[in-house]
Amino acid sequence: MKEHYTLPQDRPIGPSLIIELSCRIMIPFIQLFALYVIAHGHYSPGGGFQGGVLLGAAYILMAIAFDQKTSMRFFPLRVNTALAGTGVLIYTGTGIACALLGGLFLDYSALEPLFPLGPVEWRSMGIFIVEVGVGLAVMSIMVSLFWDLASGGRLDRGL
Amino acid sequence: MSFLNLHMYALAAPLVGAMLLFAAGRFGRRLVMPVVLAALSLSLAASVLVFLEVLTAGPFSYTVGNWEAPWGIELVVDHLGALVNLLIASVALTACVSSLRRSSAELPERRHQFFTLYLILIAGMHGLALTGDAFNLYVLLEITSITTYGLIALGKGRAPLSSFNYIVMGSIGACFYLLGIGYLYILTGTLNMADLHRIIPLLDGRGAALATAFAFLMVGLWIKMAFFPLHVWLPNAYTDMPDGAAVLIAPLMTKVTVFLMIRVMFSIFSPVYEFIQHMAVQHIIVGVASVGIVCASAMALGQKDLRRMLTYIIIAEVGYMVGGLWLANAKGMTGAILHIVNDALMTLCLFLAAAAIAHRTGALGFERLGGLYRRMPLTMAAFTVGALSMIGVPPTCGFFSKWYLLLGGIEAGQWLYVGALIFSSLVNAVLFFRIIEIAYFRTPAEDSPVHEPGKGPRREAPQALLQPLVVTAAALIGVGLATGPLVERVIRFALPVGY
Amino acid sequence: MDAMLQEIVAKYNYWIYVVLMMIGFYAMIGKSNLVKKLIGMNIFQTAIILMFISAGVKKGGGIPILDKQAVLERGVEAASIVNPLPHVLMLTAIVVSVSVTGVALAILQRIHGLYGSLEEDEILEKIDR
Repeated sequence: MKEHYTLPQDRPIGPSLIIELSCRIMIPFIQLFALYVIAHGHYSPGGGFQGGVLLGAAYILMAIAFDQKTSMRFFPLRVNTALAGTGVLIYTGTGIACALLGGLFLDYSALEPLFPLGPVEWRSMGIFIVEVGVGLAVMSIMVSLFWDLASGGRLDRGL
Repeated sequence: MSFLNLHMYALAAPLVGAMLLFAAGRFGRRLVMPVVLAALSLSLAASVLVFLEVLTAGPFSYTVGNWEAPWGIELVVDHLGALVNLLIASVALTACVSSLRRSSAELPERRHQFFTLYLILIAGMHGLALTGDAFNLYVLLEITSITTYGLIALGKGRAPLSSFNYIVMGSIGACFYLLGIGYLYILTGTLNMADLHRIIPLLDGRGAALATAFAFLMVGLWIKMAFFPLHVWLPNAYTDMPDGAAVLIAPLMTKVTVFLMIRVMFSIFSPVYEFIQHMAVQHIIVGVASVGIVCASAMALGQKDLRRMLTYIIIAEVGYMVGGLWLANAKGMTGAILHIVNDALMTLCLFLAAAAIAHRTGALGFERLGGLYRRMPLTMAAFTVGALSMIGVPPTCGFFSKWYLLLGGIEAGQWLYVGALIFSSLVNAVLFFRIIEIAYFRTPAEDSPVHEPGKGPRREAPQALLQPLVVTAAALIGVGLATGPLVERVIRFALPVGY
Repeated sequence: MDAMLQEIVAKYNYWIYVVLMMIGFYAMIGKSNLVKKLIGMNIFQTAIILMFISAGVKKGGGIPILDKQAVLERGVEAASIVNPLPHVLMLTAIVVSVSVTGVALAILQRIHGLYGSLEEDEILEKIDR
């Protein structure tokens, strides 16, 4: 943890034990809830965008409570850009895979030859796959937007 | 691999290329040129095949995800859509060669990010040409606009401020479009264009709401295409853009928005609604278009910078197209649709020439253009072909679309419009001959970088900027000579039934 | 007069959206601070989103989340659930709004870095000098 964590005396606003401890407990639960929201988009309010925003909120909370440097070390910038691109590529890739396998674009029932599930079940699974892609992309974009604006474009120290 | 999904590959190839460039980050710097060229070539090949298929087999529709229309999102590929799709793909590929070279001179550190935005813009425009669903149109319109905002802000000088002004006005336009779609949804309960076309004539007693919806849709699109007097954002935004982006955005964005207006007018509403039930509106719009042409041409006369002058000419050309469409006869509409193709090619040629000149001389003020004919003969020859096309000299393509528009105006009795067209052609002649005179006859200034003693008289633009320019200039003449088959086999089917 | 008042009271939600839209529009055009223009744009877009969603509301309608077994047995009664299509469309519109706000804020940062101020008249003064 030490190499990811900025020491309290190096931070711009100073330490606060209560905030740090409570955020340390909350952040994993926020991320878990976000994954739940993405996965349960079929059956309850939720889906890719909503879950992605929650995942991003976890890292933004870390940036506000601790330090932007801590947040950027837990989620490096290169990984951020790679995940954003990968998210959209998952979506488009699923569509193109459906087209290449003989169906129409984003016609998930054409993915049948890959794994025997049944065309109706594949439609449900296909929606889930693209929601995962959307969630990854939205998480990365939300976090990088916050970092960019909070640090004045320099991406070193935050608020 | 069937031919069923071809047009989707035209849309998906630039999008996948953009995301590959983005995800690769800094390591993607060496990948920029191969990825961009591969994606756009694939896109052009798919567009050509789709166009040929529409010519032989007729229009077809396609539902994404195999959900039937009107519940699913439908894509409609008809003659007009396939033509605009092909235009976007060819202009994009021609412009990207020049953009690759210019962007390595202007923004060397951020080339991969620049081309991410560039490819997403092209993917959005392909989607706009193919879509058959009104809300999908809004999403794609905003995709193209947001990437344009980003690309403009990458320029120098006051580019961020111009981009911000464009954001405010462009968002107003998009929100008006969304309001119009909202009204139509509340009235009819569907968002599919073909379904709306079927249901709207059946709505009696909802005239006021329908007229409001139409007004919102039109004004929103007019803001986006810089139709006078909603054009204020365009000169600053298009002048301050980086050159690499200007050669793509200036030829295409306004013309694609004119195409969207055609879609709203003919595929959602019908000519009966616009031209017969509300005839007074038609005269007003043609009048405003004529005033716009005259004012934009007059403002172009007062400019001292080549790029700014070209942006005012773009505003005048938008006036031609909107006026031609609202003339309500076959010749006017044929002229307007033909002008979409021709104006895109002419603007591409002129902006490529301006980029080549800026690459060599660094600035585009008129006083710096002296003696360019000796220095860059091929560039100036291509510029002259573009200028002749703008003025309307046969056999370049500009003459034929102006001819159709003039005939349409005379037939409809809109003398103000005919007068504005003739005035604008004369003003274009003055503008371009002024530049040709400066470039040919004036000797270069002592401190101009063109005048370099001991380096020999010819210092042409680099090949990457020159080849697309020469190809486009040749295409201007080629498309002009091919106007007959183009009108007979493509545009005639793009007009609404009964014209 | 009475009929008009009745008209306003019956459709009070649309009048609220119109007032919100005009507030946002005024902010976009009338204010000189660039951030206030951006907030005005956000208010305008939010008002349009609210109008769309209120177009799908039904009297006595419930949330459009249904139990799978109940639907498989009895089918869906469209009159008892709120129309979910505008909700989905407006989700997309919210994403578009967030994207435009993000791009605009990044550009505003650039402008602040270049000119040191975010007031339109001060910036234009600096450019003209």
